Amino acid sequence: MTWFSHAWGWVLELTWAHLWLSLPAILLSVAIAVPVGRLAFRRPGLGGALLSGSSLLYSIPALPLLIIVPAVFGVPLRSSATIIIALTVYGAALMVRTAADAFASVDSHVREAAIAVGHAPRELFWKVDLPLAVPVLVAGLRVVTVSTVGLVTIGALIGVPSLGTLFTDGFQRGIVAEVATGLIATVVLALALDGLCLLAGRALTPWRRAVEGAGA
Amino acid sequence: MIEFCGVGKTYAGGTVAVEDFSYTVQANSLVVLVGSSGSGKTTLLRMVNRMVEPTAGSVLIDGRDVAGLDRVRLRRSIGYVLQAGGLLPHRTIADNVATVPVLNGTRRREARSAVVGLLERVGLDPSCAERYPSQLSGGQQQRVGVARALAADPDILLMDEPFGAVDPIVRRELQDELRRLQRELGKTILLVTHDIDEAFRVGDEVVVLKERGVTAQVGTPADILAHPADAFVRSFVGADRAERRLRTTDVDGRRVLVDDDGRPAGVLVAAEERRTAP
Repeated sequence: MTWFSHAWGWVLELTWAHLWLSLPAILLSVAIAVPVGRLAFRRPGLGGALLSGSSLLYSIPALPLLIIVPAVFGVPLRSSATIIIALTVYGAALMVRTAADAFASVDSHVREAAIAVGHAPRELFWKVDLPLAVPVLVAGLRVVTVSTVGLVTIGALIGVPSLGTLFTDGFQRGIVAEVATGLIATVVLALALDGLCLLAGRALTPWRRAVEGAGA
Repeated sequence: MIEFCGVGKTYAGGTVAVEDFSYTVQANSLVVLVGSSGSGKTTLLRMVNRMVEPTAGSVLIDGRDVAGLDRVRLRRSIGYVLQAGGLLPHRTIADNVATVPVLNGTRRREARSAVVGLLERVGLDPSCAERYPSQLSGGQQQRVGVARALAADPDILLMDEPFGAVDPIVRRELQDELRRLQRELGKTILLVTHDIDEAFRVGDEVVVLKERGVTAQVGTPADILAHPADAFVRSFVGADRAERRLRTTDVDGRRVLVDDDGRPAGVLVAAEERRTAP
Protein backbone atom coordinates (compact mmCIF):
# COMPACT_ATOMS: atom_id res chain seq x y z
CA MET A 1 0.00 0.00 0.00
CA THR A 2 2.91 2.34 0.75
CA TRP A 3 4.14 1.75 -2.82
CA PHE A 4 0.76 2.67 -4.20
CA SER A 5 0.47 5.85 -2.14
CA HIS A 6 3.68 7.07 -3.77
CA ALA A 7 2.95 5.83 -7.28
CA TRP A 8 -0.79 6.37 -7.81
CA GLY A 9 -0.16 9.28 -10.15
CA TRP A 10 1.99 7.05 -12.32
CA VAL A 11 -0.60 4.24 -12.19
CA LEU A 12 -3.24 6.68 -13.38
CA GLU A 13 -0.96 7.81 -16.20
CA LEU A 14 -0.35 4.18 -17.25
CA THR A 15 -4.07 3.40 -17.07
CA TRP A 16 -4.71 6.33 -19.37
CA ALA A 17 -2.00 5.13 -21.77
CA HIS A 18 -3.44 1.60 -21.58
CA LEU A 19 -6.87 2.93 -22.49
CA TRP A 20 -5.51 4.83 -25.48
CA LEU A 21 -3.79 1.71 -26.78
CA SER A 22 -6.91 -0.44 -26.24
CA LEU A 23 -9.64 1.76 -27.67
CA PRO A 24 -8.19 2.31 -31.17
CA ALA A 25 -7.34 -1.39 -31.44
CA ILE A 26 -10.88 -2.39 -30.40
CA LEU A 27 -12.54 0.10 -32.74
CA LEU A 28 -10.33 -0.88 -35.67
CA SER A 29 -10.98 -4.57 -34.98
CA VAL A 30 -14.73 -3.99 -35.20
CA ALA A 31 -14.39 -1.77 -38.28
CA ILE A 32 -12.48 -4.55 -40.04
CA ALA A 33 -14.29 -7.61 -38.68
CA VAL A 34 -17.86 -6.43 -39.44
CA PRO A 35 -17.43 -5.97 -43.22
CA VAL A 36 -15.22 -9.06 -43.51
CA GLY A 37 -17.72 -11.08 -41.48
CA ARG A 38 -20.55 -9.87 -43.65
CA LEU A 39 -18.59 -10.83 -46.77
CA ALA A 40 -17.91 -14.26 -45.28
CA PHE A 41 -21.64 -14.65 -44.64
CA ARG A 42 -22.69 -13.43 -48.10
CA ARG A 43 -20.15 -15.54 -50.01
CA PRO A 44 -19.87 -18.85 -48.15
CA GLY A 45 -17.21 -20.12 -50.59
CA LEU A 46 -14.91 -17.20 -49.92
CA GLY A 47 -16.14 -17.13 -46.32
CA GLY A 48 -14.56 -20.47 -45.44
CA ALA A 49 -11.16 -19.22 -46.57
CA LEU A 50 -11.61 -15.92 -44.72
CA LEU A 51 -12.54 -17.65 -41.49
CA SER A 52 -9.61 -20.10 -41.74
CA GLY A 53 -7.30 -17.20 -42.52
CA SER A 54 -8.47 -15.27 -39.48
CA SER A 55 -7.94 -18.30 -37.24
CA LEU A 56 -4.42 -18.57 -38.63
CA LEU A 57 -3.72 -14.90 -37.88
CA TYR A 58 -4.91 -15.38 -34.33
CA SER A 59 -2.49 -18.27 -33.89
CA ILE A 60 0.61 -16.11 -34.56
CA PRO A 61 2.47 -15.84 -31.23
CA ALA A 62 2.58 -12.33 -29.78
CA LEU A 63 6.31 -11.66 -29.73
CA PRO A 64 6.98 -12.57 -33.39
CA LEU A 65 3.95 -10.49 -34.34
CA LEU A 66 5.46 -7.47 -32.58
CA ILE A 67 8.53 -7.92 -34.82
CA ILE A 68 6.54 -8.61 -38.02
CA VAL A 69 4.25 -5.57 -37.68
CA PRO A 70 7.03 -2.91 -37.85
CA ALA A 71 8.61 -4.78 -40.77
CA VAL A 72 5.35 -4.97 -42.75
CA PHE A 73 3.82 -1.60 -41.86
CA GLY A 74 7.03 0.42 -41.60
CA VAL A 75 6.23 1.75 -38.12
CA PRO A 76 8.92 2.05 -35.39
CA LEU A 77 9.17 -1.06 -33.19
CA ARG A 78 8.79 0.80 -29.91
CA SER A 79 5.67 2.74 -30.81
CA SER A 80 1.98 2.78 -29.95
CA ALA A 81 1.28 2.10 -33.62
CA THR A 82 3.00 -1.29 -33.42
CA ILE A 83 0.88 -2.33 -30.44
CA ILE A 84 -2.33 -0.99 -31.92
CA ILE A 85 -1.77 -2.74 -35.26
CA ALA A 86 -0.79 -6.03 -33.61
CA LEU A 87 -3.84 -5.97 -31.34
CA THR A 88 -6.08 -5.03 -34.26
CA VAL A 89 -4.83 -8.15 -36.07
CA TYR A 90 -5.75 -10.28 -33.06
CA GLY A 91 -9.03 -8.47 -32.37
CA ALA A 92 -10.24 -8.61 -35.97
CA ALA A 93 -9.20 -12.26 -36.29
CA LEU A 94 -11.07 -13.07 -33.10
CA MET A 95 -14.21 -11.21 -34.17
CA VAL A 96 -14.59 -12.16 -37.85
CA ARG A 97 -16.26 -15.47 -37.08
CA THR A 98 -18.67 -13.90 -34.60
CA ALA A 99 -19.48 -11.19 -37.14
CA ALA A 100 -20.28 -13.82 -39.77
CA ASP A 101 -22.45 -15.62 -37.20
CA ALA A 102 -24.12 -12.31 -36.31
CA PHE A 103 -25.30 -11.78 -39.88
CA ALA A 104 -26.32 -15.43 -40.14
CA SER A 105 -28.45 -14.92 -37.02
CA VAL A 106 -30.69 -12.42 -38.85
CA ASP A 107 -33.98 -14.14 -39.73
CA SER A 108 -33.93 -14.79 -43.48
CA HIS A 109 -37.71 -14.29 -43.60
CA VAL A 110 -37.25 -10.74 -42.28
CA ARG A 111 -34.45 -10.05 -44.78
CA GLU A 112 -36.59 -11.36 -47.67
CA ALA A 113 -39.50 -9.20 -46.57
CA ALA A 114 -37.26 -6.15 -46.40
CA ILE A 115 -36.02 -6.77 -49.94
CA ALA A 116 -39.56 -7.37 -51.19
CA VAL A 117 -40.84 -4.02 -49.90
CA GLY A 118 -37.98 -2.22 -51.65
CA HIS A 119 -34.79 -1.97 -49.58
CA ALA A 120 -31.78 -1.45 -51.87
CA PRO A 121 -28.67 -3.49 -50.91
CA ARG A 122 -27.08 -0.63 -48.99
CA GLU A 123 -30.32 0.14 -47.11
CA LEU A 124 -30.69 -3.54 -46.34
CA PHE A 125 -27.27 -3.51 -44.66
CA TRP A 126 -27.68 -0.33 -42.62
CA LYS A 127 -31.37 -0.56 -41.75
CA VAL A 128 -31.95 -4.28 -41.40
CA ASP A 129 -28.89 -6.54 -41.30
CA LEU A 130 -26.66 -4.42 -39.09
CA PRO A 131 -29.19 -3.48 -36.39
CA LEU A 132 -30.50 -7.04 -36.18
CA ALA A 133 -26.93 -8.38 -35.94
CA VAL A 134 -26.15 -6.08 -33.00
CA PRO A 135 -26.92 -8.57 -30.20
CA VAL A 136 -24.43 -11.15 -31.52
CA LEU A 137 -21.95 -8.45 -32.61
CA VAL A 138 -21.95 -7.03 -29.08
CA ALA A 139 -21.23 -10.49 -27.68
CA GLY A 140 -18.19 -10.64 -29.99
CA LEU A 141 -17.19 -7.08 -29.14
CA ARG A 142 -17.15 -7.91 -25.44
CA VAL A 143 -14.76 -10.81 -25.99
CA VAL A 144 -12.49 -8.62 -28.15
CA THR A 145 -12.59 -5.81 -25.58
CA VAL A 146 -11.57 -7.95 -22.64
CA SER A 147 -8.95 -9.80 -24.71
CA THR A 148 -7.45 -6.57 -26.08
CA VAL A 149 -7.23 -4.87 -22.68
CA GLY A 150 -5.38 -7.94 -21.43
CA LEU A 151 -3.06 -8.17 -24.42
CA VAL A 152 -2.03 -4.48 -24.31
CA THR A 153 0.20 -5.44 -21.38
CA ILE A 154 2.63 -7.28 -23.70
CA GLY A 155 3.59 -3.86 -25.06
CA ALA A 156 5.68 -3.47 -21.91
CA LEU A 157 8.07 -6.10 -23.33
CA ILE A 158 9.04 -3.76 -26.17
CA GLY A 159 8.92 -0.70 -23.96
CA VAL A 160 5.55 0.79 -24.84
CA PRO A 161 4.10 2.01 -21.55
CA SER A 162 0.81 0.55 -20.30
CA LEU A 163 -0.37 -1.14 -17.12
CA GLY A 164 1.89 -3.98 -18.30
CA THR A 165 4.83 -1.78 -17.36
CA LEU A 166 3.87 -2.39 -13.73
CA PHE A 167 4.46 -6.12 -14.30
CA THR A 168 7.90 -5.77 -15.89
CA ASP A 169 9.01 -3.05 -13.51
CA GLY A 170 7.52 -4.80 -10.48
CA PHE A 171 9.17 -8.13 -11.35
CA GLN A 172 12.57 -6.52 -11.91
CA ARG A 173 12.45 -4.58 -8.65
CA GLY A 174 10.68 -7.32 -6.70
CA ILE A 175 7.73 -5.14 -5.64
CA VAL A 176 4.72 -7.43 -5.21
CA ALA A 177 2.33 -4.51 -4.66
CA GLU A 178 3.32 -3.06 -8.03
CA VAL A 179 2.63 -6.32 -9.89
CA ALA A 180 -0.65 -6.74 -8.02
CA THR A 181 -1.67 -3.17 -8.82
CA GLY A 182 -0.98 -3.78 -12.52
CA LEU A 183 -3.04 -6.94 -12.44
CA ILE A 184 -6.00 -5.43 -10.60
CA ALA A 185 -6.00 -2.22 -12.66
CA THR A 186 -5.99 -4.24 -15.92
CA VAL A 187 -8.91 -6.38 -14.76
CA VAL A 188 -10.87 -3.35 -13.54
CA LEU A 189 -10.29 -1.55 -16.84
CA ALA A 190 -11.38 -4.63 -18.80
CA LEU A 191 -14.53 -5.01 -16.71
CA ALA A 192 -15.36 -1.30 -17.01
CA LEU A 193 -15.07 -1.37 -20.81
CA ASP A 194 -17.01 -4.64 -20.91
CA GLY A 195 -19.77 -2.96 -18.91
CA LEU A 196 -19.84 -0.08 -21.37
CA CYS A 197 -20.20 -2.53 -24.28
CA LEU A 198 -23.09 -4.18 -22.48
CA LEU A 199 -24.82 -0.82 -21.93
CA ALA A 200 -24.21 0.26 -25.52
CA GLY A 201 -25.67 -3.03 -26.72
CA ARG A 202 -28.80 -2.44 -24.63
CA ALA A 203 -29.16 1.13 -25.87
CA LEU A 204 -28.90 -0.06 -29.48
CA THR A 205 -31.55 -2.78 -29.12
CA PRO A 206 -34.61 -1.21 -27.46
CA TRP A 207 -36.89 -3.75 -29.14
CA ARG A 208 -35.37 -6.61 -27.17
CA ARG A 209 -36.28 -5.01 -23.87
CA ALA A 210 -39.80 -4.43 -25.17
CA VAL A 211 -40.06 -8.17 -25.84
CA GLU A 212 -38.79 -9.05 -22.36
CA GLY A 213 -41.24 -6.56 -20.87
CA ALA A 214 -44.11 -8.16 -22.77
CA GLY A 215 -43.06 -11.63 -21.67
CA ALA A 216 -42.84 -10.73 -17.99
CA MET B 1 -53.45 -4.41 -64.81
CA ILE B 2 -50.95 -7.24 -64.52
CA GLU B 3 -50.32 -9.49 -67.51
CA PHE B 4 -48.49 -12.80 -67.33
CA CYS B 5 -47.40 -13.60 -70.89
CA GLY B 6 -46.25 -17.18 -71.24
CA VAL B 7 -44.06 -17.01 -68.15
CA GLY B 8 -41.99 -19.96 -67.00
CA LYS B 9 -39.39 -20.55 -64.35
CA THR B 10 -36.81 -23.30 -64.51
CA TYR B 11 -34.14 -23.26 -61.79
CA ALA B 12 -30.47 -23.86 -62.52
CA GLY B 13 -30.71 -27.45 -61.25
CA GLY B 14 -33.42 -28.20 -63.81
CA THR B 15 -36.34 -27.99 -61.38
CA VAL B 16 -39.36 -26.55 -63.14
CA ALA B 17 -41.40 -24.28 -60.84
CA VAL B 18 -43.67 -22.89 -63.54
CA GLU B 19 -44.04 -24.36 -67.04
CA ASP B 20 -46.03 -21.86 -69.07
CA PHE B 21 -48.53 -19.49 -67.51
CA SER B 22 -50.58 -16.76 -69.09
CA TYR B 23 -53.23 -14.70 -67.38
CA THR B 24 -54.35 -11.09 -67.04
CA VAL B 25 -55.30 -9.54 -63.72
CA GLN B 26 -57.77 -6.77 -64.54
CA ALA B 27 -57.30 -3.41 -62.84
CA ASN B 28 -59.25 -2.93 -59.60
CA SER B 29 -60.02 -6.60 -59.24
CA LEU B 30 -59.03 -9.05 -56.54
CA VAL B 31 -57.66 -12.21 -58.09
CA VAL B 32 -56.67 -15.28 -56.11
CA LEU B 33 -54.11 -17.81 -57.29
CA VAL B 34 -54.93 -21.00 -55.45
CA GLY B 35 -53.12 -24.29 -55.49
CA SER B 36 -51.29 -26.73 -53.27
CA SER B 37 -47.55 -26.60 -52.68
CA GLY B 38 -45.64 -27.15 -55.90
CA SER B 39 -48.30 -25.34 -57.93
CA GLY B 40 -45.91 -22.43 -58.52
CA LYS B 41 -48.36 -19.87 -57.13
CA THR B 42 -45.83 -18.02 -54.97
CA THR B 43 -43.26 -18.10 -57.77
CA LEU B 44 -45.80 -16.43 -60.05
CA LEU B 45 -46.62 -13.78 -57.45
CA ARG B 46 -42.95 -13.01 -56.90
CA MET B 47 -42.39 -12.53 -60.62
CA VAL B 48 -44.53 -9.41 -60.45
CA ASN B 49 -42.11 -7.51 -58.19
CA ARG B 50 -39.06 -9.29 -59.59
CA MET B 51 -38.25 -11.25 -56.45
CA VAL B 52 -38.15 -14.08 -59.00
CA GLU B 53 -37.02 -13.53 -62.60
CA PRO B 54 -38.91 -15.66 -65.13
CA THR B 55 -36.75 -17.81 -67.41
CA ALA B 56 -39.38 -17.57 -70.14
CA GLY B 57 -42.05 -15.05 -71.09
CA SER B 58 -42.65 -11.73 -69.41
CA VAL B 59 -44.78 -9.94 -66.84
CA LEU B 60 -46.32 -6.60 -67.83
CA ILE B 61 -47.74 -3.97 -65.51
CA ASP B 62 -50.02 -1.56 -67.36
CA GLY B 63 -48.37 -2.70 -70.57
CA ARG B 64 -44.78 -2.23 -69.41
CA ASP B 65 -42.43 -5.20 -69.06
CA VAL B 66 -41.23 -5.29 -65.45
CA ALA B 67 -37.87 -6.68 -66.63
CA GLY B 68 -37.13 -3.19 -67.97
CA LEU B 69 -37.94 -1.44 -64.68
CA ASP B 70 -35.59 -0.69 -61.80
CA ARG B 71 -36.06 -3.54 -59.35
CA VAL B 72 -35.94 -1.48 -56.16
CA ARG B 73 -38.24 1.24 -57.48
CA LEU B 74 -40.65 -1.39 -58.84
CA ARG B 75 -40.88 -3.06 -55.41
CA ARG B 76 -41.54 0.25 -53.69
CA SER B 77 -44.36 0.95 -56.13
CA ILE B 78 -46.12 -2.33 -55.26
CA GLY B 79 -47.61 -3.13 -51.86
CA TYR B 80 -46.42 -6.49 -50.61
CA VAL B 81 -48.02 -8.38 -47.74
CA LEU B 82 -46.38 -11.53 -46.43
CA GLN B 83 -47.41 -14.30 -44.12
CA ALA B 84 -47.16 -13.13 -40.47
CA GLY B 85 -46.83 -9.57 -41.78
CA GLY B 86 -43.11 -9.84 -42.54
CA LEU B 87 -42.51 -6.87 -40.25
CA LEU B 88 -39.09 -5.60 -39.18
CA PRO B 89 -38.83 -6.77 -35.55
CA HIS B 90 -36.49 -3.93 -34.55
CA ARG B 91 -38.68 -1.07 -35.75
CA THR B 92 -41.77 0.27 -34.04
CA ILE B 93 -45.17 -0.21 -35.65
CA ALA B 94 -45.11 3.43 -36.83
CA ASP B 95 -41.67 2.99 -38.42
CA ASN B 96 -42.72 -0.28 -40.01
CA VAL B 97 -45.78 1.32 -41.58
CA ALA B 98 -43.71 4.29 -42.76
CA THR B 99 -40.99 2.04 -44.27
CA VAL B 100 -41.66 2.60 -47.94
CA PRO B 101 -42.36 6.37 -47.85
CA VAL B 102 -39.12 6.81 -45.85
CA LEU B 103 -37.20 4.69 -48.37
CA ASN B 104 -38.68 6.90 -51.06
CA GLY B 105 -37.20 9.95 -49.36
CA THR B 106 -40.17 11.29 -47.41
CA ARG B 107 -39.02 12.85 -44.12
CA ARG B 108 -39.47 10.44 -41.25
CA ARG B 109 -41.64 12.81 -39.24
CA GLU B 110 -43.87 13.51 -42.23
CA ALA B 111 -44.20 9.81 -43.07
CA ARG B 112 -45.05 9.00 -39.47
CA SER B 113 -47.82 11.59 -39.39
CA ALA B 114 -49.70 9.53 -41.98
CA VAL B 115 -49.40 6.42 -39.83
CA VAL B 116 -52.40 7.09 -37.59
CA GLY B 117 -54.76 7.21 -40.56
CA LEU B 118 -53.30 4.04 -42.04
CA LEU B 119 -53.60 2.14 -38.75
CA GLU B 120 -57.23 3.22 -38.43
CA ARG B 121 -57.90 2.18 -42.00
CA VAL B 122 -56.84 -1.39 -41.24
CA GLY B 123 -58.79 -1.44 -37.98
CA LEU B 124 -55.97 -0.93 -35.48
CA ASP B 125 -55.88 1.35 -32.46
CA PRO B 126 -53.29 4.06 -33.26
CA SER B 127 -52.03 3.80 -29.66
CA CYS B 128 -49.99 0.75 -30.76
CA ALA B 129 -47.81 2.94 -32.99
CA GLU B 130 -44.86 3.07 -30.59
CA ARG B 131 -44.86 -0.63 -29.77
CA TYR B 132 -42.77 -3.32 -31.42
CA PRO B 133 -44.20 -6.09 -33.62
CA SER B 134 -43.53 -8.80 -31.02
CA GLN B 135 -45.84 -6.98 -28.61
CA LEU B 136 -48.79 -7.46 -31.00
CA SER B 137 -50.92 -10.52 -31.70
CA GLY B 138 -50.58 -12.38 -34.99
CA GLY B 139 -53.75 -10.82 -36.36
CA GLN B 140 -52.62 -7.32 -35.38
CA GLN B 141 -49.22 -7.86 -37.01
CA GLN B 142 -51.00 -8.96 -40.16
CA ARG B 143 -53.01 -5.73 -40.17
CA VAL B 144 -49.82 -3.73 -39.73
CA GLY B 145 -48.43 -5.60 -42.74
CA VAL B 146 -51.43 -4.43 -44.77
CA ALA B 147 -51.05 -0.85 -43.49
CA ARG B 148 -47.38 -0.90 -44.53
CA ALA B 149 -48.33 -2.16 -47.99
CA LEU B 150 -50.85 0.68 -48.35
CA ALA B 151 -48.55 3.43 -47.04
CA ALA B 152 -47.12 4.52 -50.38
CA ASP B 153 -50.60 4.30 -51.96
CA PRO B 154 -49.64 1.72 -54.58
CA ASP B 155 -52.02 0.66 -57.38
CA ILE B 156 -51.11 -2.98 -56.90
CA LEU B 157 -51.06 -5.16 -53.80
CA LEU B 158 -49.42 -8.57 -53.77
CA MET B 159 -50.43 -10.83 -50.89
CA ASP B 160 -48.53 -14.03 -50.20
CA GLU B 161 -50.55 -16.37 -47.95
CA PRO B 162 -51.38 -13.27 -45.92
CA PHE B 163 -53.70 -14.95 -43.44
CA GLY B 164 -51.90 -18.26 -43.08
CA ALA B 165 -50.46 -17.60 -39.64
CA VAL B 166 -53.60 -16.55 -37.76
CA ASP B 167 -56.39 -18.57 -36.19
CA PRO B 168 -59.57 -19.30 -38.18
CA ILE B 169 -61.75 -16.66 -36.47
CA VAL B 170 -59.23 -13.86 -36.99
CA ARG B 171 -58.57 -15.10 -40.52
CA ARG B 172 -62.23 -14.73 -41.39
CA GLU B 173 -62.30 -11.26 -39.91
CA LEU B 174 -59.24 -10.25 -41.94
CA GLN B 175 -60.70 -11.74 -45.12
CA ASP B 176 -63.87 -9.68 -44.67
CA GLU B 177 -61.79 -6.56 -44.05
CA LEU B 178 -59.78 -7.22 -47.17
CA ARG B 179 -63.03 -7.20 -49.14
CA ARG B 180 -63.99 -3.93 -47.45
CA LEU B 181 -60.61 -2.36 -48.23
CA GLN B 182 -60.85 -3.52 -51.81
CA ARG B 183 -64.29 -1.89 -52.12
CA GLU B 184 -63.06 1.34 -50.53
CA LEU B 185 -59.69 1.66 -52.26
CA GLY B 186 -60.16 -0.14 -55.57
CA LYS B 187 -56.64 -1.57 -55.70
CA THR B 188 -55.56 -4.31 -58.06
CA ILE B 189 -54.90 -7.20 -55.71
CA LEU B 190 -53.22 -10.51 -56.48
CA LEU B 191 -53.44 -12.93 -53.57
CA VAL B 192 -51.91 -16.37 -53.23
CA THR B 193 -53.31 -19.08 -50.98
CA HIS B 194 -53.60 -22.83 -50.67
CA ASP B 195 -56.99 -22.46 -48.99
CA ILE B 196 -59.85 -22.79 -51.46
CA ASP B 197 -62.38 -21.44 -48.96
CA GLU B 198 -60.27 -18.30 -48.61
CA ALA B 199 -60.02 -18.03 -52.39
CA PHE B 200 -63.81 -18.25 -52.77
CA ARG B 201 -64.38 -15.85 -49.89
CA VAL B 202 -62.22 -12.99 -51.12
CA GLY B 203 -61.69 -13.47 -54.86
CA ASP B 204 -63.50 -11.68 -57.66
CA GLU B 205 -61.84 -14.22 -59.88
CA VAL B 206 -60.05 -17.39 -58.89
CA VAL B 207 -57.26 -19.16 -60.79
CA VAL B 208 -56.98 -22.80 -59.75
CA LEU B 209 -53.47 -24.09 -60.40
CA LYS B 210 -52.30 -27.66 -60.84
CA GLU B 211 -48.64 -28.54 -60.54
CA ARG B 212 -45.99 -26.22 -62.03
CA GLY B 213 -48.32 -23.34 -62.79
CA VAL B 214 -50.64 -25.23 -65.11
CA THR B 215 -54.04 -23.54 -65.02
CA ALA B 216 -56.81 -25.96 -64.15
CA GLN B 217 -59.63 -23.41 -64.26
CA VAL B 218 -60.22 -19.68 -64.20
CA GLY B 219 -63.54 -18.20 -63.13
CA THR B 220 -65.61 -16.53 -60.47
CA PRO B 221 -66.10 -18.60 -57.32
CA ALA B 222 -69.69 -19.29 -58.36
CA ASP B 223 -68.61 -20.41 -61.86
CA ILE B 224 -66.06 -22.79 -60.49
CA LEU B 225 -68.45 -24.29 -57.94
CA ALA B 226 -71.24 -24.59 -60.50
CA HIS B 227 -69.10 -26.03 -63.29
CA PRO B 228 -65.78 -27.47 -62.15
CA ALA B 229 -63.72 -27.95 -65.32
CA ASP B 230 -62.45 -31.42 -64.54
CA ALA B 231 -61.98 -34.04 -61.86
CA PHE B 232 -58.93 -32.19 -60.46
CA VAL B 233 -60.85 -28.97 -59.85
CA ARG B 234 -63.86 -30.93 -58.64
CA SER B 235 -61.77 -32.58 -55.97
CA PHE B 236 -59.67 -29.50 -55.19
CA VAL B 237 -62.66 -27.27 -54.51
CA GLY B 238 -64.38 -30.14 -52.75
CA ALA B 239 -67.41 -29.98 -55.03
CA ASP B 240 -68.34 -33.45 -53.90
CA ARG B 241 -67.78 -32.72 -50.21
CA ALA B 242 -70.90 -32.99 -48.11
CA GLU B 243 -70.75 -29.36 -46.95
CA ARG B 244 -70.67 -28.09 -50.55
CA ARG B 245 -73.82 -30.02 -51.51
CA LEU B 246 -76.86 -28.33 -50.06
CA ARG B 247 -80.53 -28.99 -50.35
CA THR B 248 -83.51 -27.41 -48.70
CA THR B 249 -85.84 -28.93 -46.23
CA ASP B 250 -88.97 -27.55 -44.63
CA VAL B 251 -88.88 -26.74 -40.91
CA ASP B 252 -92.11 -25.18 -39.60
CA GLY B 253 -92.66 -23.20 -42.78
CA ARG B 254 -89.06 -22.04 -43.22
CA ARG B 255 -86.72 -23.45 -45.84
CA VAL B 256 -83.59 -24.67 -44.13
CA LEU B 257 -80.48 -25.58 -46.12
CA VAL B 258 -78.86 -28.83 -45.08
CA ASP B 259 -75.75 -30.46 -46.49
CA ASP B 260 -75.35 -34.02 -47.69
CA ASP B 261 -74.71 -35.19 -44.14
CA GLY B 262 -77.94 -33.57 -43.01
CA ARG B 263 -76.18 -30.81 -41.04
CA PRO B 264 -78.03 -27.49 -41.22
CA ALA B 265 -76.02 -24.78 -43.05
CA GLY B 266 -78.46 -21.86 -42.95
CA VAL B 267 -81.89 -20.71 -43.98
CA LEU B 268 -83.09 -19.79 -47.43
CA VAL B 269 -84.31 -16.19 -47.49
CA ALA B 270 -86.65 -14.53 -49.92
CA ALA B 271 -85.34 -11.62 -51.98
CA GLU B 272 -87.17 -8.98 -49.91
CA GLU B 273 -85.62 -10.32 -46.67
CA ARG B 274 -82.07 -9.86 -47.86
CA ARG B 275 -79.87 -7.47 -45.94
CA THR B 276 -78.56 -4.65 -48.06
CA ALA B 277 -74.80 -4.80 -48.33
CA PRO B 278 -73.12 -2.51 -45.79
